[in-house]
Amino acid sequence: MFRQVKQAFSTPKFLIGFIIFTSVFLLAIIYPLISPFTPLQLVSRQSFTAPGRYVNIQDVVENRDRRYFLLNVEENRVADVLSVEDSLRMIDFLETHLDFPPGVLSVEDEPALIAAWNANYDPNQRIQGMTLAAHNENVRFNERLQVAISEEGVILAYFNEDGELVQDTANMFESRDFVNVNSIVNLVHLPLGTDNFGRDVLTQLLSAVMTSLRLGLIAGAVATTIGLSFGLISGYTGGFVDDAILFITNLFTVIPGFVLLILISNAMDPGARSVNTVAIVIGFTAWPWTCRSVRSQVLSLRNRDHVNLSKLSGHSMPRIILNDILPYVASYVVMALILQISTAILAEAQLSMLGLGPSTTDVATLGLMMNWAQMFSAWQAGAWWAFVPIILAIAAIAFSMNLMNTGLDQVFNPQLREG
Amino acid sequence: MPMSLQELQNKPSVLRGDKVTKIFGYGVNKNTAVNEVNFNFRESEVVSIVGESGSGKTTLAKMVLGLIGVTQGDIYFRDAVRDISSHKKKKEYWKGIQAVFQDPFSSFNMFNRIDTLLLDCINLMGGKKLPKEEKVRLMTDACSFVNLKYEELTNKYPFELSGGQMQRLMIARIFLLKPKILIADEPTSMVDACSRATILDMLLKLRDEVNMTIIFITHDIGLAYYVSDTVYIMEHGQFVESGTAEDVILNPQAEYTKRLISDVPKIHEEWDLSTVAGL
Repeated sequence: MFRQVKQAFSTPKFLIGFIIFTSVFLLAIIYPLISPFTPLQLVSRQSFTAPGRYVNIQDVVENRDRRYFLLNVEENRVADVLSVEDSLRMIDFLETHLDFPPGVLSVEDEPALIAAWNANYDPNQRIQGMTLAAHNENVRFNERLQVAISEEGVILAYFNEDGELVQDTANMFESRDFVNVNSIVNLVHLPLGTDNFGRDVLTQLLSAVMTSLRLGLIAGAVATTIGLSFGLISGYTGGFVDDAILFITNLFTVIPGFVLLILISNAMDPGARSVNTVAIVIGFTAWPWTCRSVRSQVLSLRNRDHVNLSKLSGHSMPRIILNDILPYVASYVVMALILQISTAILAEAQLSMLGLGPSTTDVATLGLMMNWAQMFSAWQAGAWWAFVPIILAIAAIAFSMNLMNTGLDQVFNPQLREG
Repeated sequence: MPMSLQELQNKPSVLRGDKVTKIFGYGVNKNTAVNEVNFNFRESEVVSIVGESGSGKTTLAKMVLGLIGVTQGDIYFRDAVRDISSHKKKKEYWKGIQAVFQDPFSSFNMFNRIDTLLLDCINLMGGKKLPKEEKVRLMTDACSFVNLKYEELTNKYPFELSGGQMQRLMIARIFLLKPKILIADEPTSMVDACSRATILDMLLKLRDEVNMTIIFITHDIGLAYYVSDTVYIMEHGQFVESGTAEDVILNPQAEYTKRLISDVPKIHEEWDLSTVAGL
């Protein structure tokens, strides 16, 4: 057994598939543990919040008992920073180069002067006949002025006991004062934004991957168990039993599995359609081809000499099936199981898109997330983060499993074996 | 040494077939593999059933072994009608009749250790409750009978052995079981010429020890002449000729037998290919 596992890992296809699958699986296990949210927690009040880092709006508007006021430049005391030379220089520049009428601007009316400067001065514009040195001096002056304006533009104030607004002169904030982002308490990181209900998509997605894998495993196990047992019994016993089982199998093969699935899901009480029941329903419709292929393998195995020898050693039928036939089809069954799991995950996604998936609000599955994104028009809202990551997750799971299956096929199928 | 006809006829019958027939399929696909075959095998007799591929030898062997059902006719085991209607009765029957198959590589379950194969034989013979040392002693004996060392084989898997070793192990199995009848279905066709003589000698030695009847199923008429007392020639599911080895091979009556004999390449003569159809 160990030899076969080693053999499987030596094929690049299986290895790559295994690595992709394991990464998705580990991420799905680990991320919900470190995520600050539970999978279906309503994080944001808006729907379809774009991916990004968010600070709680309370932190921006209000900090304990202090308020920030943004004042107009004209009303504040920014004029104090201007020296008489600066004012004269500004008047000279405005009147000479920008055609301001003389006498309108004065050194005393600093707010009006600053407003006129801000409105008309463009640092990118070169004035004809002006030296580069003079131009650069103007640019530097403008920068100094803008810093002074922004520093003077904020006043910190608080309400005192009498309810009057008082300026906080003890704490002054300037543009060079910083706060570490990490020390902001109400910082929310939404790598994939939120869905229509305002739930964190990444946490929800990874918990949905886990749920879908569990669903796939249950469905795959059900399908493989039924298919394997029927296939073994039918192939080994032969005769009437074989005919009967083959009849049932053919019946299930002829009826399109997906239609059957839709009918069964539709017939079930929506309240009873939990993830597990949907998994079992999928498993019950997927077993026939496992049965058929196991049967054909057993048919060729049952006439092998080692089976005859086992009979001659007096072994009972169940023992021969378990001991002399099952090990020979085991590798094939593992391959079939992997395919069944990936098919079941896809089937659930299809069913849920049609609104026939698990009707539950307790857990998310990949199909349900797609269904929600569709129902709440994520496409029209341009909220790509509500469905693209889910499509990628489904694709990664199905792709990795199919890759593993192909790799195993190369190892165990003598017709495809290389070398 | 082959027994004389006189000697043979005095021995009690162990296996007798009366109009044994096997038909596969129905209607258009109907195929009569074995057609009303009569035979009588006696104690410690060495019998060869010779025929081409597809002549029904292996089907006959499987019917005799009880692995497949008989369409028509009766098989008598020690002068009583064979009864293998239940698993328990089959198990009892298989204590008296065993087989060695053609391909040693497919005769083993490659997932089981070699010990399992030998222990199964001890269990079949009712030795399940024997102490472990006793079982090991029995297995060591059986292995040394076929010139194998149990210590080297224990805990090994079949695919670690050579074809000759595997086939000898199959004979060790027979040594443990000591059946009344052994059906050897081309036991030497897949092993090299050297192992072949050894294996035949071992089988004949076993016959002398336990008075076993050996039924060789073979296409090799030379081998049949070398080992057997009685030869049955089979063509299209029927016996076309039977008798002592001397009679049949040195003095063949049926056209088919003559052809089989002339098809054997001989060292000092030109190989006569004129009898091969289509040449």
